[in-house]
Amino acid sequence: MRLYEKPAHVLHDMLVNKEITSVELTEDVLARIDEVEGDVKAYLTITREEALAQAKAVDEKIARGEEISFLEGIPGAIKDNICTKGIKTTCASKILENFVPPYDATVMTKIKAENPVILGKLNMDEFAMGGSTENSAYHPTCNPWNTECVPGGSSGGSAASVAAGTAIWSLGSDTGGSIRQPASFCGVVGLKPTYGRVSRYGLVAYGSSLDQIGPVTRDVTDCANILNIIAGHDDMDSTSSVAEVPDFTKALVEDVKGLKIGLPKEYFVKGMDPEVEKAIRTAIEKYKEMGAEIVEISLPHTDYAISAYYLIAPAEAATNLQRYDGVNYGERVEGEDLVSMMTNTRTEKFGEEVKRRIVIGNYALSAGYYDAYYLKAMKVRTLVAEDYAKAFEQVDVILAPVAPTTAFKIGEMSGDPLQMYLQDACTVPLNLAGLPGISIPCGMSSKGMPIGMQLIGKALDEENIIRAAYTYEQSQDYHTKMPQLGGNN
Amino acid sequence: MKYEAVIGLEIHCELKTKTKIFCGCATEFGADQNTHVCPVCLGMPGVLPTVNQRVVEFGIKAGLATNCEINKYSKFDRKNYYYPDLPKNWQTSQYDLPIAEHGWVDIDVNGEKKCIRLTRIHMEEDAGKLVHSGTTIKDSNSSNVDYNRTGVPLLEIVSEPDMSSAEEARAYMEKIKAIMEYIDVSNCRMEEGNLRADINVSLRPVGTKELGTRTEMKNINSFKNLEDAINYEIERQTEVLEDGGHIVQETRTYDPARGITLSMRSKENAHDYRYMPEPDLPPIVTSEETIEKYRSELPELPDARRARLEEEFGLSDYDAGIITSSRAMAEYFDAVVATGADAKLAANWIMGDLLKNLNDEGIDISKSPVEAQRLGEMIQLIMKDTISGKIAKKVFKEMWTNTDSPEKIVKDKGLVQITDTKAIEGIVDEVIANNQKAVDDYKSGNKKAIGALVGQVMKASKGKANPQMVNKLLAEKLN
Repeated sequence: MRLYEKPAHVLHDMLVNKEITSVELTEDVLARIDEVEGDVKAYLTITREEALAQAKAVDEKIARGEEISFLEGIPGAIKDNICTKGIKTTCASKILENFVPPYDATVMTKIKAENPVILGKLNMDEFAMGGSTENSAYHPTCNPWNTECVPGGSSGGSAASVAAGTAIWSLGSDTGGSIRQPASFCGVVGLKPTYGRVSRYGLVAYGSSLDQIGPVTRDVTDCANILNIIAGHDDMDSTSSVAEVPDFTKALVEDVKGLKIGLPKEYFVKGMDPEVEKAIRTAIEKYKEMGAEIVEISLPHTDYAISAYYLIAPAEAATNLQRYDGVNYGERVEGEDLVSMMTNTRTEKFGEEVKRRIVIGNYALSAGYYDAYYLKAMKVRTLVAEDYAKAFEQVDVILAPVAPTTAFKIGEMSGDPLQMYLQDACTVPLNLAGLPGISIPCGMSSKGMPIGMQLIGKALDEENIIRAAYTYEQSQDYHTKMPQLGGNN
Repeated sequence: MKYEAVIGLEIHCELKTKTKIFCGCATEFGADQNTHVCPVCLGMPGVLPTVNQRVVEFGIKAGLATNCEINKYSKFDRKNYYYPDLPKNWQTSQYDLPIAEHGWVDIDVNGEKKCIRLTRIHMEEDAGKLVHSGTTIKDSNSSNVDYNRTGVPLLEIVSEPDMSSAEEARAYMEKIKAIMEYIDVSNCRMEEGNLRADINVSLRPVGTKELGTRTEMKNINSFKNLEDAINYEIERQTEVLEDGGHIVQETRTYDPARGITLSMRSKENAHDYRYMPEPDLPPIVTSEETIEKYRSELPELPDARRARLEEEFGLSDYDAGIITSSRAMAEYFDAVVATGADAKLAANWIMGDLLKNLNDEGIDISKSPVEAQRLGEMIQLIMKDTISGKIAKKVFKEMWTNTDSPEKIVKDKGLVQITDTKAIEGIVDEVIANNQKAVDDYKSGNKKAIGALVGQVMKASKGKANPQMVNKLLAEKLN
């Protein structure tokens, strides 16, 4: 078994016990990149030399007998919409093709304080708009379990790299399911924390009231450990929560006795792949076996969540993306005057999906339409949040599918944006309500593609979903499986 | 048909916070280009704003000082439009829940008091500054942007269309300036653009209620330009209407060099700002306690101070109005009176020689070369009859360039008034002897002839004789 197949907590122990060095580990992951990155294409930027230098420094520290933190010396990678000082941050867009941020996102400051090994920046849908990573302006990323399939999106690179072993851990961002859905498609663990739990400072904004950074990992233990590192109030982010941050690793307990798990009937939608539904139902039975109490619940406004989301997110995106105008950073396409310079820049450098959402967003905000669209969507948002609040009076966590299908073929849906939007029906409502959700593997399809399930918690209650996820994970072995790639497994 | 003007002002008032509204950069004026910038005010990808609480405090204080209701639940909004001096291509402003609403201030024009209503006061960020190679962005080969001013906090103070003349508009803006100075939220330096007005002007037939089509003139930054622009616009619109034409709703610029307004004919007139609540900033919730705390911190405001000066010192309404029109002048006056100087004399000297000299040299009263203490001492010399009012003018002139005390100047220059009856009598006798014609004129009933004789005595005493005594002695000797 190669090192890249192990989760971070196992590798951490090996480093502490001097069974391996960080350089060995980093070289193994870099070798894995050399072997399979050509097939997977999860990365946009690889920082090989810096990574090895970081690894070397950690080994020296260990040699001096100093203690190391959880992530110290463990190679991971960062979604390319999280600002990394001195390392290109493109959001997979041509408009930021050569943009090197002069500052670190708060999560980067926190992660760097742990001395991990940073391997590079990961591919995504341009500006995080999409569910397949096909909207990257550079190249699509392939699903390691079947390279003809998408890894999901928008954090496709974050999920594919961890699944393929080209990163031990990664950071992604989730605006409407962008961590959870690719985690589900790639058979890894992805957590979207409560809105405000993790600072958004330095995350290139898509939908400001929806965006949240979270970890993508091989198992729930790594997920809890990384959440410990990145969570907490940040003075630079006025929307970050001031709530106390618990030690999430304390929730890594195998015990769901008496835990009330809600099953929302609206989430088991028509058109769901029967194999996906079966895997989820099997997981539900497993929870019952382990002593959890299953409660049927209803979230009546679920049907409207998608419509509300696809007005609110583009509206926020339309304004957030106005800054890319060719004036003071990013790319510029010249024009004969100011307006044509700005127009040419945006016309040439934004991709189709980004333009689509800018147009929808501006329409929804324009005079005379605001009340009918944006304002109404905000009202629906409140109703969706109230549905959850009512449900959580009866249950501790809610269990639901992540996506209606397993990973689809590259190109299969790209001609039908609306069909693609419907993929988000089970993930979007959480973002509207600002709730935490985790996606964990719960099965494989007959075609050998991973299936994930989603556990949803109350606001600021990541602990219960981590506990429920960990308990289930320990009863299975999905998190130990690796895809067949590059002919060596 | 007689028309009347309907005028409303939107005044942008730059606040005197040390740091910008959404980041920690300095607001200091006049720094080298792009030295007070950071990722946040440059609108870099991924940055987020954080609210400078002083701005909220100043917004609330400005609201309280102009009799506004304070919104306990207020929020920021994005006002979206593309311009190179706006890094995010939206201005973070306030749309439907401004910090303060529904206020009023009183103005005075030619002794007539009038109440001008305030629609709202809201907080927003300033934009950067464009430096063109030509005169405008359209006729320039290149433009550079200085982002130092980007994110400097502003209050936008919007009036109702309650003014009907350039004088009233000026009086209103002067009143707003005074209030902002008094409550210490702005330096109100017009020349640095601390206070800029957008003016809306429309005409309607006298006696009708309905508002006519308005034009807007942006960024007027002096009282003179404000008056001139309004007067020009009223005249222009009157001509258009009298010729049977229609006013086009548009933004016009005022060209002070030519004294005219010009149509900008830009698309700006059809702006859809697509306002949206700012998702990166939580709502501003203010408690009753906080509002009361700020209210208790407010100083005496111009109107109250004016009433006090009338009451306490017997100043005329007009004098008290001038003295309290700026905080610095009112404080200067108080300091002069505090030395023991007579209040009316103090007011006269401030409004007379002092202001004239300051205006001639463009010096602010706070930096006056004749300090309040020395002016007070000089006035006391007048009160003690050590010098006459006339000599005082010389002394004052000397004090402008000489830092000595007035006593020392009077002594060094030998400007002490002659109050010795014997000494004056000698000069009077001499003048009577040498001016037989004037004496005869006076005695034959031309009482005005005594003026010439007084003048001669003053001349002979080098202006130092006490004029009252000279008059008295001359009258005694000639009658």
